[in-house]
Amino acid sequence: MRSARGRRQWQSTADHVRVTGKRKSPLPEADGDTRSVAVSQTFFEKLWDQHVIAHLGQDTYLLQIDRLLMHELSGAQPLRALEAAGRRPDSPRQVFAMIDHLVATQPDRGIDDVGPSGGAQMIRDTRILSKHYGLTFFDTDDARQGIVHVVGPEQGIVQPGMTVVCGDSHTSTLGGIGVLAWGVGTSEVEHVLATQTIVQAKPKTMLVRFEGRLGTYVSPKDMVLHLIASIGIEAGIGYAVEFGGSVMRDMPVEGRLTICNMSIEFQAKYGFVAPDDITIDYLRGRAFSPVFEHWDAAVAYWRGLRSDSGSRYEREVVIDMTDVAPQVTWGTNPAHACAIDSVVPQPRSFIDPVERESVERALAYMQLEPGAKLQGTKIDVAYIGSCTNGRLSDLRAAADVLKGRRIAPHVLGICIPGSTVVKRAAEEEGLDLIFKAAGFQWHESGCGMCAAGGAHVLAGKRVIGTTNRNFEGRQGPGTRTHLASPVTVAQSAICGEIADPRVN
Amino acid sequence: MEALRVITGIAAPIMRSNVDTDQIVPSKELVRVHSEGYAASLFATWRYIGDRTINPDFLLNQSPWRNAAILLSAENFGCGSSREDAPKALRAFGIRVVIAPSFGGIFFNNCFRNGVLPVELPIDEVQCLAKQAIDGVVTVDLESQSVTAPDGQRFGFQSPGVLRQMMLAGVDEIDFILSLSAPIGVFRQTDRALRPWIY
Repeated sequence: MRSARGRRQWQSTADHVRVTGKRKSPLPEADGDTRSVAVSQTFFEKLWDQHVIAHLGQDTYLLQIDRLLMHELSGAQPLRALEAAGRRPDSPRQVFAMIDHLVATQPDRGIDDVGPSGGAQMIRDTRILSKHYGLTFFDTDDARQGIVHVVGPEQGIVQPGMTVVCGDSHTSTLGGIGVLAWGVGTSEVEHVLATQTIVQAKPKTMLVRFEGRLGTYVSPKDMVLHLIASIGIEAGIGYAVEFGGSVMRDMPVEGRLTICNMSIEFQAKYGFVAPDDITIDYLRGRAFSPVFEHWDAAVAYWRGLRSDSGSRYEREVVIDMTDVAPQVTWGTNPAHACAIDSVVPQPRSFIDPVERESVERALAYMQLEPGAKLQGTKIDVAYIGSCTNGRLSDLRAAADVLKGRRIAPHVLGICIPGSTVVKRAAEEEGLDLIFKAAGFQWHESGCGMCAAGGAHVLAGKRVIGTTNRNFEGRQGPGTRTHLASPVTVAQSAICGEIADPRVN
Repeated sequence: MEALRVITGIAAPIMRSNVDTDQIVPSKELVRVHSEGYAASLFATWRYIGDRTINPDFLLNQSPWRNAAILLSAENFGCGSSREDAPKALRAFGIRVVIAPSFGGIFFNNCFRNGVLPVELPIDEVQCLAKQAIDGVVTVDLESQSVTAPDGQRFGFQSPGVLRQMMLAGVDEIDFILSLSAPIGVFRQTDRALRPWIY
């Protein structure tokens, strides 16, 4: 579609005039007819337009996909299907595969070792077919192995301005580095393997501005939990969400990744932070970052991607972080979050009958009494890791709380670094020694017990963890999961109960 | 894409909000599922007591609902994980249409690729269908984009154009896109010159 191609304008950030003759947007325009007026573009609109190959009618487009990431749980099946159909990957150089979901995390694991749910064949198939098709593949014992959403930015595989998909809902994480990244199903993975394109409906745009100042021990995890509790579990359906505001401006890339990770938890498939100097500094010198003249051209391109001043969003949300406390969840979805120093809500305070019933179910499952204080709730397990909070800054923050202390005797403490690179960097700083001295287990990297990798260990237990989903049964049969930040989890591990990190 | 035009059948009401894909197919089923078939994994935590003992209280274990072709639910059905096992298990159980006020976005797309049509209707219309589900069959017509209740009331819905056409015709999506090699080639030639570091 030529008209869309004509709107590539990243080389000139001063000129935001849309090329005339473009299709009329099928989405409601914020200010009526904008066909012939100069319009500023958001980061999302620039990226979307730059990747449109063809308009397929209504709000549906064929998009170029710059990077496909794969892991064994959602990768083995589409690779087998591709082979069975007698097709080949269209762009193998743009496809990266790794082992993270099913692989065991205990020290000295073998390359095909898995948890009790099995899945070794999925690891083997992913390995064999990735090599067969010439994809870049990080095996279990590769120094670059790790959770796909941690590895992508860490290795510079994903770079600002890219479209990236992966068969995993937390692919939105990568938006933290200024990409348009979203989770897809295995059929779509097969489609991208075969064509390096995807059929996609254009979402609406939302801006979430985090303003104010973060209090002590209030982290990106607390910000995103507070956001979801404030705007609701469904608020992001059909939206691509840009995170901005003064708090995001100063935030390191790892914190941005945490926030974008959980955009899917309020149903925004896409969450992102436009690239800036912090992003560019982060990517400099990474293994797959552009080099030499390509670096300079890429940086010039990246600098043009941020949303133009005066650009319009279909929804804007402002969250004032001043006076927001560390957050913890009490229920069975991530919107069931509140300040750690508050109480379990009363179901009768919810007016909507479906919601009230869902809160009643949640409290019954979580075995919590309405009106009870969250602090002081006894925990069985403290879990640090996952694509949400398994990066070096997360481990440092937790270690800072754990240093020179011991977790409560009844608590099982587990730390699973998000990647092998994170694990080794942590060990170089001696963080592993702090975790171990405090009584935590120190694992190899992987998705571990975030989904059901540890179902046999966590069954029926009350877990406080740095993960992203507190759904019924998510971490095991009857497992009651409380989501929180790394410092809150560390503090709770020491106290043996849900504990406020600000009270030492 | 498996073709679907008109489905008439029993509509089972599971009127809970935020039914996530961990409920539709629990994680522990994701590996085991291939030897046993997808249908056995559907709503496994709710359907079984312990490992595989049938829970008589769960709706889909009861007559006539165990023969449902249509599932009714509340807001945000299919939120959470991208696992395609969720629509695969629904399809294998016999569910061809899910009707809810809203859906998780990844699940919504996955449905079309697995022979399941997701239909968005306002909550009061879904509740109207749920109330009379025991009285007779519901008809969902993708061509006319309408749902007919047992009492004859009709509700209109909107499906995404391209996906609807592909589903009506049972088109293989990959073959269809591969037939667009000319515009894809033109795009990449221009793009490679502008963003050479991508390729």
